[in-house]
Amino acid sequence: MIPRSSLALATVLAVLACPPAARAAGAIEGAVEKQGLNLTAVAIFFAFVLFTLGITYRAARQTKSASDFYAAGGGITAGQNGLAIAGDYMSAASFLGISGLVFSNGFDGLIYSIGFLVGWPIVLFTIAERLRNLGKFTFADVAAFRLDQTSIRVLSATGTLVVVSFYLIAQMVGAGKLIQLLFGLPYSFAVPIVGVLMIVYVVFGGMKATTWVQIIKACLLLGGASFMALMVLIHFSFDPNAMFAAAVQVHPKGDAIMAPGAFVADPVSTISLGLALIFGTAGLPHILMRFFTVSDAKAARKSVFYATGLIGYFYILTFIIGFGAITFLMNDPSYYKVGANGGFDKIKDLIGGAANMPAIDLARAVGGNVLYGFISAVAFATILAVVAGLTLAGASAVSHDLYASVIARGRTTEGREVNVSKISAVVIGVVAIVLGYVFENQNVAFMVGLAFSVAASCNFPVLLMSILWSGTTTLGAVVGGFLGRISAVLMIVLSKAVWVDTFHMAAAPVFPYDNPALFSVPLAFVAIWLFSKIDASQRAKREQAAFLEQYVRSETGVGAAGAHAH
Amino acid sequence: MNVNATAATAVESRVTADVGAGDYQTILRNPSFQELVASRNKFVWTLSLLMLFIYLGFILLVAFDKPLLAQKVAGGTTSLGIVLGLAVIISAFILTGIYVTRANGRFDALTERLKREVGR
Repeated sequence: MIPRSSLALATVLAVLACPPAARAAGAIEGAVEKQGLNLTAVAIFFAFVLFTLGITYRAARQTKSASDFYAAGGGITAGQNGLAIAGDYMSAASFLGISGLVFSNGFDGLIYSIGFLVGWPIVLFTIAERLRNLGKFTFADVAAFRLDQTSIRVLSATGTLVVVSFYLIAQMVGAGKLIQLLFGLPYSFAVPIVGVLMIVYVVFGGMKATTWVQIIKACLLLGGASFMALMVLIHFSFDPNAMFAAAVQVHPKGDAIMAPGAFVADPVSTISLGLALIFGTAGLPHILMRFFTVSDAKAARKSVFYATGLIGYFYILTFIIGFGAITFLMNDPSYYKVGANGGFDKIKDLIGGAANMPAIDLARAVGGNVLYGFISAVAFATILAVVAGLTLAGASAVSHDLYASVIARGRTTEGREVNVSKISAVVIGVVAIVLGYVFENQNVAFMVGLAFSVAASCNFPVLLMSILWSGTTTLGAVVGGFLGRISAVLMIVLSKAVWVDTFHMAAAPVFPYDNPALFSVPLAFVAIWLFSKIDASQRAKREQAAFLEQYVRSETGVGAAGAHAH
Repeated sequence: MNVNATAATAVESRVTADVGAGDYQTILRNPSFQELVASRNKFVWTLSLLMLFIYLGFILLVAFDKPLLAQKVAGGTTSLGIVLGLAVIISAFILTGIYVTRANGRFDALTERLKREVGR
């Protein structure tokens, strides 16, 4: 089985290990300085907000039932859902961060993109259709299908809330950094703007508004990035080889940017990160929720196909944009802090920092101030769309899983459940605003990695084993899920990013790798298997007997909730 | 399914309410069901392993054979690593495409036949 072979691989690789280097992209990294006020960007962002609020108003009028609120009534088409899924992935961090990585290191930037992308085929092959066939609003519906409602929903809902919190903190702090960098406004403006808007989208417009905000942002970002890449390619008469040749000429690292560099010195951390990205994708609650917004398994399947294509296309664009930035910016001192002797470091001295600014600067280079403002506004808007999805996933876990199933034990009305969800969304928004201020000066880059690791080590194993293995029992799922989650969090706390760089506890980390997934994911699977095997209770027998019924439905969709017409 | 049912969370009763006791037994024994599940499982495992093989192969090359990836393609500046990296991205898209084509055709046809046979 998978766990055993991964452990063997881990042992082999552990022997070969070198110091860690790979980190999880996904948060806005590095310190930023506030730039001059960018009025074009502020105006375009304002227009985006007005437009999305209009959509929220329309969505609010159409949102009546619980199904409308949680799943947009199942009325999202495959194409729309594909765009929205892609939107969740095309975050500010992946757009600015990956093109920044390509700008600084060339080839190495590609390694991240690939890790983020290959999770999607796996999601499609293993869980997408089965989720749609078994579930209704949250992934806990699926995991708890034949297992004990109370314990599985507590496990899944807390798993959702942990993932959502880490992800939200990273997004709030990222928003604060971006507003300084892109709009020239203070950090303290960003946190309430993002917090209040995400509450409004979710509370009034539910899943319908959240999805449309995501779709609009995805189109704007894809449009802007396509235009930039096109301008770069036109400059080189559509000959990538000429672009690479020009980049090698001006880049301080020369030809080294065409090959793997020091960025991935440690294979264990790299593969562990890869596993976290692949299986984390399949365990992120706000992504899993998207499969319930379409009418049936066929639409779920097609939406992943579209999403994979769009995300892959987007990563190819960021790669071209990164190389374009090398060729357009590195010979132009106006983008740099020039020293007294007239010299500057082509990476370190980029105004605003090479971690985030190359794509933005390239926009100015190929499209003037209008494109510069547009791309800045879109980069900030991406954060709004992502946090709205996260808030909705968190609020649904509280209302649908904790309140309706655990506290009220099914004895509640749809209306009351949705109200609990709206109140939860407000609470989550307020907490996110507070945390946004608390973590202002903290390094939160590890938090997205943590979110992915927890999703990969708890949510995904529980979900997959409950769907695919008849032997899974509640005891196995609960013990395995908690073990996976606790071990993932512990290993991250003891790793370099947190133990050494954030808490300054010691000079050397206790856990030597950057990412725990290679160890915590197999641990969760083995524990689910083991504790299901030794569970000889009557309940376990009933749960195992109920598998066949679940199996028929997950494979055929017979009995699944269809689209809801109004 | 009636969405205006009082409790949106009556998941517990859903299995029996929707499929009907014994109904799933008929489906389980149906040859179309067995054919669907067997062929789809085989197909899905093949594609999943292929994707993991391509991805891990690329990562292992990055980790252990940097000189190979640094090699130039066709005498230009472009390196083999960049070509392979783009190939991994495109392969992910092609594999999902292959699955969706097969699922929209053969698997959906089998599912439809099954549903007709059991009268759903």
